Amino acid sequence: MSALPVQTSPGALAAPLDVERIRADFPILSAVRVNGKPLAYLDNGASSQMPRQVIDRLVRYQTHEHANIHRGVHYLTATATAAFEAARATVQRFLNAREDREIVFTSNVTDSINLVAHGYGRAFIGAGDEIIITHLEHHANIVPWQMLCEEKGAKLRVAPINDAGEVIMEEFEKLFGPRTRFVSVTHVANALGTINPVRRMVEIAHRHGVPIMIDGAQAVQHMAVDVQALDCDFYAFTGHKVFGPTGVGVLYGKAALLEKMRPFRGGGDMILSVTFEKTTYNAIPYKFEAGTPPIAQAIALAAALDYVKDVGIDRIAAHESELLRYATESLHAISDVRIIGTAKEKASVLSFNVGDIHPHDVGSLLNDDGVAVRTGHHCAQPVMDRFGVPATARASFAFYNTLAEVDQLVASVRRVQKLFA
Amino acid sequence: MESTQLYQEIILDHNKKPRNWGKVEDCTHTSEGLNPLCGDHIWVTLKVVDDAIQSVAFEGTSCAICKASASMMTTTVKGKRLTEAEALVQEFREMATGKLDVSGGEHHLGRLTVFAGVKDLPSRVKCAILPWHTLHAAIAKEATISTEGEHDPFANA
Repeated sequence: MSALPVQTSPGALAAPLDVERIRADFPILSAVRVNGKPLAYLDNGASSQMPRQVIDRLVRYQTHEHANIHRGVHYLTATATAAFEAARATVQRFLNAREDREIVFTSNVTDSINLVAHGYGRAFIGAGDEIIITHLEHHANIVPWQMLCEEKGAKLRVAPINDAGEVIMEEFEKLFGPRTRFVSVTHVANALGTINPVRRMVEIAHRHGVPIMIDGAQAVQHMAVDVQALDCDFYAFTGHKVFGPTGVGVLYGKAALLEKMRPFRGGGDMILSVTFEKTTYNAIPYKFEAGTPPIAQAIALAAALDYVKDVGIDRIAAHESELLRYATESLHAISDVRIIGTAKEKASVLSFNVGDIHPHDVGSLLNDDGVAVRTGHHCAQPVMDRFGVPATARASFAFYNTLAEVDQLVASVRRVQKLFA
Repeated sequence: MESTQLYQEIILDHNKKPRNWGKVEDCTHTSEGLNPLCGDHIWVTLKVVDDAIQSVAFEGTSCAICKASASMMTTTVKGKRLTEAEALVQEFREMATGKLDVSGGEHHLGRLTVFAGVKDLPSRVKCAILPWHTLHAAIAKEATISTEGEHDPFANA
């Protein structure tokens, strides 16, 4: 298993993560016991836990700062507006976007992708045009494009993957043609952990003059993302997978593209003026933020991004890489365990099946031992079909997970195997 | 409740060696059952003669709870009249959703009460019920059913 592709600052690996100190920041990890056993929370790919610093920020906002934002004149509305716009600036720095108006707050990645499918796709994609995705996508990066294709008579083209779960880059490039209008690819595959070579994908798309969106739902919590270095046109991530709250997501878009896009939803805050004859839309990013946004959630998300920055994304990546290596070796050592997704570049996501025991049985029985994994198709049915399985069990690690929790997982898998023997 | 308590020997045995696995070739009734949330996907075929189930079979891809439930269902309803089978569908559904206490009261579930514990595992209730829903759909001549939407066991049980 190779190291994760992050920029490692000098001396970072010399100061490894103090995992016990980190764990003390996450109240739920010690507060919850399952069936009398310590919780091993290995379902971070679905949703991560929140450190006390983020919970405290939420509480402080609700107890001292809350009012609706923009257009008010009183003290609290000014305070809330300042905190909300400061959160936008934090996200801008986190992604290294050029300007803060390139950051749109949405409700999650699904919402961000739908915004682009509607705002860009419905405006600029027509009959006979083509959209490229990959075989690794989450349903959230398939269905909005399918709906757009159905509406416009456009065509969805899917880049195939190899047996390791990596996009076959020659095939990806072959899909580009004169009718290609848009590309949307995942940064890290949620079901398999594969890290896509997104920098190369952006280069290929741009060589063909096509804009490209990257779904970063499974990426930003594991590695440094610099949207200017990537040069992607759109990038999306969600709060609750990066130690923030549910209900807030982010869409980064290059200002020039956002400006020529249609608004997604109509309503308050996205307008400059309204008469019954004509409405003038607000500037970006407000054009895309109709209605009261998730104010508290966006502010808490900024606190979560600050927390990640303080811990250090390079140290996080190094620790997770060690967790993934150890878990892969340990599970591989159990006869009859099949690991699905063996890409050279992987984030700390491990999909597996135990003999012919159905993953739902595995998941239910692991829970008896306090081990929380996700089971099912992970909203990636085409990936499951590609590997000929109806579902998998998936352990997804965060930087607060420990090697002891990997041992807990492995012991539990052995117990399940024994029960079904 | 710990799931381990549900995985009793009889359930593990039916999972390993499912009875009446396959298709009834000269079937008169058939239905496809799907649980889109977890991917359980089964087919039930029946041969009904004079309002009685002369033969019944199932096949598909599913977890152990679903497969054992289907296997034990086929051994239970084989030879039963359609009205008796329908009554069992109703009783099984009520047991699995916690509406029928099998420790007391009148019921005809027999060994099927090994599935009573599923009521405490909300994520697994639909796995146990799917075969029974599919049987019901086959009898009613419905081609497919899904555990979601109108066939949600919690919606109409």
